Amino acid sequence: MRRSRRWLPLILLIPFVALLWPPFYNRIDPTIAGLPFFYAWQFAWIAITAVLTWIVFRGRRA
Amino acid sequence: MSGAKLDWTALGVFVFFFALVTVLGFVAARWRRGDLSQLHEWGLGGRRFGAFVTWFLLGGDLYTAYTLIAVPALVYAVGAYGFFAMPYTVFVYPIVFLTMPRLWNVCRKHGWITSADFVEGRYGSRGLALAVAITGVLATMPYIALQLVGLEVVFEAMGFGALGIGKETPLLIAFVILALYTYSSGLRAPALIAFIKDAMLYITVIAAVVIIPIKLGGYGAVFAAAEKAFAAKGGDTGVILKPDQYWPFATLALGSAFALFLYPHATTATLSANGPDTIRRNAVWLPAYSILLGLIALLGYMALAAHIDVKNGSMAVPALINASFPPWFAGFCFAAIALGALVPAAIMSIGAANLFTRNIWRAYVNDRLTDAQESRIAKNVSLLVKFGALLAVLYLPTKFAIDLQLLGGIWMLQIFPAVICGLFTRWLRAPALLLGWIAGMALGSALAYHQGLKPVYAVGFGGQHYGIYIGLLALVANFIVAIVATPVAAMLRREPLPDRTQIHDYEDAVPD
Repeated sequence: MRRSRRWLPLILLIPFVALLWPPFYNRIDPTIAGLPFFYAWQFAWIAITAVLTWIVFRGRRA
Repeated sequence: MSGAKLDWTALGVFVFFFALVTVLGFVAARWRRGDLSQLHEWGLGGRRFGAFVTWFLLGGDLYTAYTLIAVPALVYAVGAYGFFAMPYTVFVYPIVFLTMPRLWNVCRKHGWITSADFVEGRYGSRGLALAVAITGVLATMPYIALQLVGLEVVFEAMGFGALGIGKETPLLIAFVILALYTYSSGLRAPALIAFIKDAMLYITVIAAVVIIPIKLGGYGAVFAAAEKAFAAKGGDTGVILKPDQYWPFATLALGSAFALFLYPHATTATLSANGPDTIRRNAVWLPAYSILLGLIALLGYMALAAHIDVKNGSMAVPALINASFPPWFAGFCFAAIALGALVPAAIMSIGAANLFTRNIWRAYVNDRLTDAQESRIAKNVSLLVKFGALLAVLYLPTKFAIDLQLLGGIWMLQIFPAVICGLFTRWLRAPALLLGWIAGMALGSALAYHQGLKPVYAVGFGGQHYGIYIGLLALVANFIVAIVATPVAAMLRREPLPDRTQIHDYEDAVPD
């Protein structure tokens, strides 16, 4: 079980993929609750990254 | 210039919270009582802080008053580019999660209290440890000075000038209070104060991002107004990035994230945790502060939409607070920001003092210190460091501290190969790491100076120019030199210097 989860920390690379290339999210539309997409995307990734980190944390103890 | 009028209600609220926190700072010496004549008790709070306390301590430590003023100031001035702070704070916690528990484990095992302690034990090289210590102290001094600059901004916005006691007096009072309770209580003082300060900060920011947009007609209207202001202003500004800002935006975020936990104040707060899982839990929960920082950055746009017109962008948020809130709540907000300067300033001076005492004084001047002597020297150094910062703020132009802080970030990154890589492998040799550090420091400083102390350097490649954060460029040079020099060092001296750590020192201890 433990051995098969060794790849799990790799999911922490996902936020880097999502945010390191700005043309990917550098747009106004769609706006979410008045926030241009550029900002909504970044706020979302703060939360998603926290969840991914939590998953890796839980995975260590399994 | 200080357009703000002194409001006695605002002042009263401000002074009340300041006084409350001062009392707490001294009471902190008795909190989770330990023998404060031991450096690990004074300077690391006895490594006993649980996940909850560490969350407040690190949050209050990393998201400083200067950050709270400078980030919206940059957004107010140029727009989307100022938001590089968001991906920066996204990137930083996965890095913390993967590296800092290892540092905690190995430092706990050997009784180390600084990253330079670790480097000396790992590589057996006092020279490399000295390089790490000097880098930390150099980068921290201007950072402390900037916290005092943040205080100055608050005092100006509150109209302290009208008191007729001079610009220096309130700063001096705040400084003396800070210096005394740090001296007497050590790291326990900022840890306890951080509770109050962060609670106040959350209230301030949530009130601001709810109430101000309602007054301004919603977020849609705020962004429309900001876009109009930038269109009138022209240049590299706007509510989304210009194409030539893509590379600077991404590399600044990445480089800053690599650098953050190398700073002594971050290391100090991390090592004061009570275990590796406390650090991992914090990597999960600290992003709450990143949301807060993003919301604070949005205040820069609200200042534009509210037609706040200030020459110095640092005054944008304080002026917005004055314009949007009744005096009693403005006083509350200003107290939150001012206390936001005192917590990191205390931790920074403790971090620098730990480094100086352990890795410079003890290593090079007197290696037969008793524990009590060591602790006493650290206390005095923490005073000296803050006093230096105070003199710098009072007698040098503010730009000097800002420029040095920029250089400090570039320098801080240059200990990445020794500290972070050292947590996983000892393949790189100490002399090679030292050469790499010299190369990185020299190249980083030279490029920054050449750019007129701007953080970004345009690298030409295939006829195109890409603006890259200078700290990262210097780090690449640093790595190249260290990697090339390692086989050479191995040829000259077959056996590496002794490593005092073992593989399992880095792993979590098995509970028995």
